[in-house]
Order: sequence, then C-alpha cells, then structure tokens
Amino acid sequence: MGTYLIRRFFLMLLTLFGISVLIFTMLRLVPGNIADIVFNAAGMIDVAEKAKLEKELGLDRPIAVQYVQWVSGLAHGDLGYSYVSEKPAIQEILPRIPITAKLAGLALCFSVLFGVPLGVLSAVRQNSTLDYTLRVISLSGLSIPSFWLGLLILMACVAWFGTIPIYTDPPKGFWNALALYSVPAAAVGFRSSALVMRLTRSSMLEVLRQDYIRTARAKGASERNVNYHHALRNALLPVVTVIGIEAAFLMGGLIVTETVFNIPGVARFLVEAIRWRDYPIVQNLVMFIAVVAVSINFLIDLLYAVLDPRIRYAS
Amino acid sequence: MATIDHVPTPTIEIDRTESIWSKIVHHGASHPLGVVGAFIMLVFIFAAVFADFITTYAPTTTNSAISLLPPGHGHLLGADAMGRDIYSRIVYGARISLAVGLGSTFLGSIFGVALGLTSGYIGGWVDLIIQRLVDVLQAMPLLVLALVMAAALGPALDNTIVAIAIPLIPYTARVIRSNTLALREQPFVEAARAVGMSEFRIAVRHVLPNTVAPLIVIATAQLGAAILTEASLSFLALGVPEPHPSWGRMLSESAAEYMRVAPWLVIFPGLAISLAVFGTNLFGDALRDILDPRLRD
Repeated sequence: MGTYLIRRFFLMLLTLFGISVLIFTMLRLVPGNIADIVFNAAGMIDVAEKAKLEKELGLDRPIAVQYVQWVSGLAHGDLGYSYVSEKPAIQEILPRIPITAKLAGLALCFSVLFGVPLGVLSAVRQNSTLDYTLRVISLSGLSIPSFWLGLLILMACVAWFGTIPIYTDPPKGFWNALALYSVPAAAVGFRSSALVMRLTRSSMLEVLRQDYIRTARAKGASERNVNYHHALRNALLPVVTVIGIEAAFLMGGLIVTETVFNIPGVARFLVEAIRWRDYPIVQNLVMFIAVVAVSINFLIDLLYAVLDPRIRYAS
Repeated sequence: MATIDHVPTPTIEIDRTESIWSKIVHHGASHPLGVVGAFIMLVFIFAAVFADFITTYAPTTTNSAISLLPPGHGHLLGADAMGRDIYSRIVYGARISLAVGLGSTFLGSIFGVALGLTSGYIGGWVDLIIQRLVDVLQAMPLLVLALVMAAALGPALDNTIVAIAIPLIPYTARVIRSNTLALREQPFVEAARAVGMSEFRIAVRHVLPNTVAPLIVIATAQLGAAILTEASLSFLALGVPEPHPSWGRMLSESAAEYMRVAPWLVIFPGLAISLAVFGTNLFGDALRDILDPRLRD
C-alpha cells in the first residue's frame, strides 16, 4: 500500500507537469496576444508602442523562459498579473473560488439526494413502468444541455413569479445564498444526478445477481433487508467513484451555467479570461481546475482502497 | 508424390442479407427504446442531408420586417431578432451539429485507436509514455480542454472539430488499450505469430478488427457528448462562428436577451440539441447492450 501510494503520488505530479506544459504551449499558439487586442481596439498600430507593451508583459522573451518564470512563480504563490485588470492574478481568482465551490457542492448534494434513491428504486423494480420512466428521465438528463435547462428555468421564473433569480449583489445570509445558488445548482445537478442514478441502478443490479444475495434470501432475510442491507452497501462502491469524478468534472457544466445565471465564479471567469486572452488568468485557472480534478481522483483511489478490502494494489 | 490441388471446403449456405435483417428485427424488438433512438437520429440525418429541399427560406437571409415574429404566419417556428427563419436555421443547424459531432468523434477515434492499439500491443516503455499522455488529456474536464483548444485554434468550423476531438482521444485510447491487452494473449495471436506473420500485421489484421464492437459503443456515446460540447462552445461564442446556423449559437446571449418577449428563440434550438443527443444516447445504450454486455453501466 505504501509503495502504491508513493507511486500514485508521483504519477499525479507528472500528470500536473504535463498539463502545465500543454496549457502553456496551447495558449502561446493563440493568434494574436493581448497587445494585439489592445491596439486593435484602439484602432491604431504603433509598432514601437506595441513592442514596448509586449516587453513590459514579458511576451518578447522565449517561450521556455516564460514557462520557467510561470512555474517558479507558482511555487512561490506568485501567479503574475492579470493583463486586463492589472491586479495580481491571485487576487482576481481567490475570491471567486468559494462561489463556484458552493455551487458545485450544492449540485453534488442534489445529484446524490436524487440519484442514489431513484437508482435503487429503478433497480429494485427492474423492468417495471417506474423503471422505464426513470431510465428515460435519467437519459434525458444526460441529453439536455445545462445552459438550456438554465434558460428554461429562468423563463419559467419570469412567467410564474415575474422576476428572475439572477445574481446581482452578493447574497446576504445563509437562506438568501441558498435560494440564489440552488436554482443554478439544480440546472447543473440534473445531469450529475442522472449519471449517479444510472450507475446506482446498474451497480445494484450487478450486486443483486451475486451468490451472497441468494444466500441471504435463502436464509429467509426479508426483501427489504436484502435490498437495503446486503445489496445497497456493496452497490455504493462504484457510485462513490462516479460521484468523485463528477465532483472533479462538474466544472464543465458550471462554465455554461455560471454564464447563464450571471454568477461571478471561477468558471465564468475562465470564459471571460479566454475571450480577453488574459494568459495569466487562463493558465492559472486551468491549472487550478486540473489540480482540483487530479487531487480528487487521487483521494478517490485512496478511499476505494479503504472501502474495498478486495483491492490489493500490486506495485 | 500426390498433391492435393483442391481441398473440398464444407459449404454452409448462409443467406447473409436475411440474417442481418432478422438480427436487426430481433434486437429491435427486444430494445424498443433503441429503435426510438435510431428513428430520432435518422430524422436529424434526413434534415441535414435534405436541408435544401425541406426549407423555404435561407438560414442566413435577414428580413427586418419579420423581426421576432412569433411561430406561425408562414414561419413555422418564428423568426429571430434579425428576421431569420428559425425553422430553416434549425434544419441547417443539424448539418453543423452532425458535421462537428461525426467529425470530431471520427477524428478522436482514429487517434484513440492508434494510441490504444500501439500502447496495448507493444507495451513496455511505449505503453508507459502513451499512458502518461492519456492521463494528461483525461485529467481535465472535457469542456475545459475543448474551450482552451478552441480558443487556441480560433473560431472556425474545422477548428471546433479538432478542439472537441482532442479531449475524446484518451477515452477511446483507454478502452482500445484494455481490449488489446486481453486480445494479445489469445491463441489466435499466438497462431498468427507461429506462422511467421509480422507484429504490425497481427496488430492491424487480427487484433484491430476484434476491437470494433467496443469502439462502436464508445464512439456512439461520444457522438452525443460531442454534439453537446459543440453546442456549449458555440453558446459561449467560442465554437462555430457566424454565419453558420449553430444551435448553441442560436441560444447565446442574444436569445437570452429576448427571452421575455420571444421565448421561441430559446425553446426550439434547445429542443433540437436535446432531442438529437437524446436519440444518440438511446441508440447508443441499446447498441452497448447488444454489442458489449460487459460495458453495461
């Protein structure tokens, strides 16, 4: 286990290094940098002025030098300056993280609260009308784009309440925040809950076919006891993995949802920064997302080893 | 010395056309939802192919006289703020969606298969390097990677295809690799080696065809994801640029602006995306049940 952990940890660092190189090179391929944008917007092309700006931003140095500067900065907690606001990137990014984290947390709660029980129900009543209905609903959850669901929710709010629950000022107090975040969280969480539900169902069905379930039935355990005591506990293992992967990958859904609901979180900020070619923000944000995703995967692997004694990690 | 010029091969008459059709009918009957999915997909393919014949207005023609026209009045699904016919834009949008969906899935599959097959068949340090590459690509959420790729390549139809194809590669590579690892140990590979076949030939002629079933399964699943990703990218104005009528683009900020006065601008394009992806998912689910029961989730 010890060697596995160490090996796994170094693989994680290697992956993060790979991501940093990939992102850095990709962003340098973008045709036109911030200096171009500034000068095109101003409608004048002064070559000397532009060169001066590029020099000021360090864009004239070789890519390898720029990369080393960025990574060594990261190690010291210095993320550089936003080209657009000219504030330190860390000051721009940090305050937005809790907003997105709350949204993601709520969406995950939503997906577990709906996904797990409905998945169990679907499996226990396999091939019933309820099972078919739930399966169609869950598949539609994977098919509806979350930004469209968000727009539909906004439209429904306009039609029924005459207002839209859109983020204008930071929420005051717990309930206000919960009310404001729960609508977009539901829009994102619908997809995750569909995923969790499908997996819970299939995992449950798999377990219900096992010999020990037949043994439990044979010794006279009630249907309820078999389903919820013997089966569910074992069926939840792969579900834990999927919930973890979803936690890491919710970012995709959040990017569009934060845009629709005008929520000033990191996900929407990433889109804005990409539009502005604000490299320091984009590369640091993507790196941040990658670190979160990779660490969550690492933690799930650990959790899995703890939860499932059958797993023996050969090094 | 007696030679055998002709070895009589036992002939078994199999009417292949009938068996394929009877297979389809058989599987269709046991997977009604899959049939529904296939039907939805066929409708969208039909719309994409025959767009010129089933629309009356060009998707890009603007007409300020009918700005924000409600559905009906000669324009089945109404018109947008610039007076463009929504129905035409949705029908032509099917072309964009399918082109990007199929294009990126195909591209991603080619690279995924090449990497997975090489990685699984050769093994050793080649496998190690390819797997680390796959780790890197897979570590980021699909949309985040596609977003950065799309931004790096610039907004254009072919760039969008590439931007979506790259994040799909690791998933295909993983599946093909694990299949190849299992196939490599099969007796028929050993037999091929015994008769002196080259490793490349074994990999391409004997191992590759056996990975087709899981490949079809994962590619169908990716088609839905690719269509959704294109819609998201275009919604964020970082995907397919104007004047292409992309469903995602139709839903972007301009539609949200007119949400109160012209809800049809929001409803119909979103319905098109959802239905197309829903059909693909239904079909993909049934296909997976039939082709590869082990992958069932």
